[in-house]
Amino acid sequence: MSPRTARLVLGVAAPLLALVAAFAITSLVLLLAGDPVGLVWSTILSVPEPRNIANIINSATVLYLSGLAVAVGFRMNLFNIGVDGQYRIAAFAAAVVAGEGWLPGALNVVLTVAAAVLVGAAWAGIAGVLRATRGVSEVISTIMLNFISTSLVAYFLRRVAVREEGSNIVATREIPGSSRIPGIPLGSGPGAEVYGFVVVAVLAGIGYWFLLNRTRFGFDLRATGQSATAAVASGINVKRMTVAAMLVSGGVAGLVGLPILFGDAYSYGSTFQSGLGFAGIAIALLGRNHPVGIALGALLFAFLDEQSNPLQILADVSPDIVAITQGVIVLTVVISYEVVRRYRLRLEQQQVAQQLAEQVPA
Amino acid sequence: MLIGLAAVIFALSLIELVTGADDLASSGTLRAAMVATVPIALAGLGGLWSERAGVVNIGLEGMMILGTYGAGLLGYHYGGWAGVAGAIVLGMLGGLIHAVATVVFGVDHIISGVAVNIIALGATQYLAGLTFSGLPGGGQTQSPRLGSVGSITIDPLSDGLGNLEQRDIFFVSEVAALLRALVTNMSWLVILAVLLFVATYFALWRTTFGLRLRSCGESPASAESLGVDVLRYKFVAVLVSGGLAGLAGGFLALVASSTYRDGQTGGRGYIGLAAMIFGNWRPTGLLAGSALFGYTETLGLRQGGTSVRALLLVLAVLLVVLAVWLWRRSRYAAGGIAVVVAILVGGLYFTIDAVPGDFTRMTPYVATLLVLALASQRLRMPAADGQIYRRGSVG
Repeated sequence: MSPRTARLVLGVAAPLLALVAAFAITSLVLLLAGDPVGLVWSTILSVPEPRNIANIINSATVLYLSGLAVAVGFRMNLFNIGVDGQYRIAAFAAAVVAGEGWLPGALNVVLTVAAAVLVGAAWAGIAGVLRATRGVSEVISTIMLNFISTSLVAYFLRRVAVREEGSNIVATREIPGSSRIPGIPLGSGPGAEVYGFVVVAVLAGIGYWFLLNRTRFGFDLRATGQSATAAVASGINVKRMTVAAMLVSGGVAGLVGLPILFGDAYSYGSTFQSGLGFAGIAIALLGRNHPVGIALGALLFAFLDEQSNPLQILADVSPDIVAITQGVIVLTVVISYEVVRRYRLRLEQQQVAQQLAEQVPA
Repeated sequence: MLIGLAAVIFALSLIELVTGADDLASSGTLRAAMVATVPIALAGLGGLWSERAGVVNIGLEGMMILGTYGAGLLGYHYGGWAGVAGAIVLGMLGGLIHAVATVVFGVDHIISGVAVNIIALGATQYLAGLTFSGLPGGGQTQSPRLGSVGSITIDPLSDGLGNLEQRDIFFVSEVAALLRALVTNMSWLVILAVLLFVATYFALWRTTFGLRLRSCGESPASAESLGVDVLRYKFVAVLVSGGLAGLAGGFLALVASSTYRDGQTGGRGYIGLAAMIFGNWRPTGLLAGSALFGYTETLGLRQGGTSVRALLLVLAVLLVVLAVWLWRRSRYAAGGIAVVVAILVGGLYFTIDAVPGDFTRMTPYVATLLVLALASQRLRMPAADGQIYRRGSVG
């Protein structure tokens, strides 16, 4: 086959190989635990109803934004493990701003989004500044900031919260009706609505692609990520890029909580969804930091999450099994890309050796 | 090191005198601090073994979680020491995944570590739900009460020192409190941990094996050119690292509490890494760093408000000292910032009676950040740490 088709086949082979391996390992775990493998897979791979599809798209929207945030950091060789803390503190700030309703209607929405982006960026910026000025590993500083943000939000939530009558949930004031973003209905049936914020997510993806591939800033960012010394030689201020990249990453992370805030919860309470940051890391790795890849990864993870919900009832298997699948997918994707890369390298070496041998006069 | 310890006790006594926070150096606090220090120290020790061989191990948290589960599973069915074995074995399993991914397949170390954390968490939650539901006292997120590992108490010493502590004599009482914490209810696992530290120092810095292992982390190419099987040393180092992290988790489940509980580790794997960095990748520094984090974590939990408030005064004083040091080096701007922050912190100390609960809970994490921010520049990590090494890369 021609080199181009070979490259195409290998390009698709890597993620496929990874998925097959991940499913195989999960099945092995299920077998060892004595759970019904066939029933589990038939439940997960069954065709989803419109309501489920809406849930999948909604989860994927949130996961996509989280993956984008992490990917911006990855492109600069920065590991922003702090997306979890950043989005929670940003969502809290956004909920407070939205609830207060200083501006009417749509302007309130714009103000809230701006507040979320700024707070998320600032929180990530702390880690960026520490890295740039003091050389503190951003892996550890962002993880510490995660824990600090949990306590900080809990403290402020207690101070500004409004308790609804008859409910135990402590939450911020609800967003007024004029500031809620309407959902997009998806076929008939109850609950089959997609968050209106999915539009912003798509725009964010396009913006990510444009920023990284069509602007000078994006070029500088990618260059610094690939070779810091080359970047310095070409006049890029690495410290400023570090802080800037963390700010952008944190800003995107600030958007993560907004689809839920505007489309479902309408306030930030102690039960606001957590853990979306770590899923974002896995999805960014899965999608190889490419906006379309991250979208597919987000859809895959959202699909697995949604389809595993009835597992407890239908097959008496804990839905946590998909967490194992998701973690294994992360590893198998990276390993399979490495294996395919080495194979492709060997193939190239063989081709070159063959060509050289043919050139030698007999 | 003993002089340093004496200086710290002296400083604590002084602070107790000045601020009136009387729980800073009681035997109860010190014992709780010891129990809090050990898991962080063991996790950091695991990180040390791995990074000295050149493999960054972010997956310590995941291996610790596996360790808590291993201790829960075997500790319930077969008793305390079986729980210890279970913790080590399961931690090693996590280490095996990390080792295979990084050493055999050349995956980026941090990506592999993050993946191990995700897998370990999911696997533990799944298996815990499977094996602990339906047991008396157990459930989806926690195990039933586990067997104990045993502890020793030297009664006559303990009582005598207790008397001395009650007398409230400056500095003497605090020393008595420290000694009393050492001889009362001392769990065998704490003694094991101390022995492991000594063994690590000897193994890595006094044996040929250790020299070769450290050379893999400093310059694997040079090591391989001398005939060292770099990949095997890295593999073994990561396995040991996983075992130690698992033991740390086992300690959490068996000694620090008495059950496996979901979310028990609370980020201690990462704090252990921070302690290792703070200790400049050496066991003694690691121990000091772990003690710092363990102590601040304990303070945050016991009488949190007043104790942490006392720490604010310490912080303000340290900042003033830092400002003076900076001024003497003509760094006036940085010194000025230090003074301003010192005044803010000092003002905070004088205006509030006790630090609110939410802020005391973040004490260890803020301490980690501060310590790393101040100390990171003078530290040197193993030269080839994080480098992906392929066999035959020499020349």
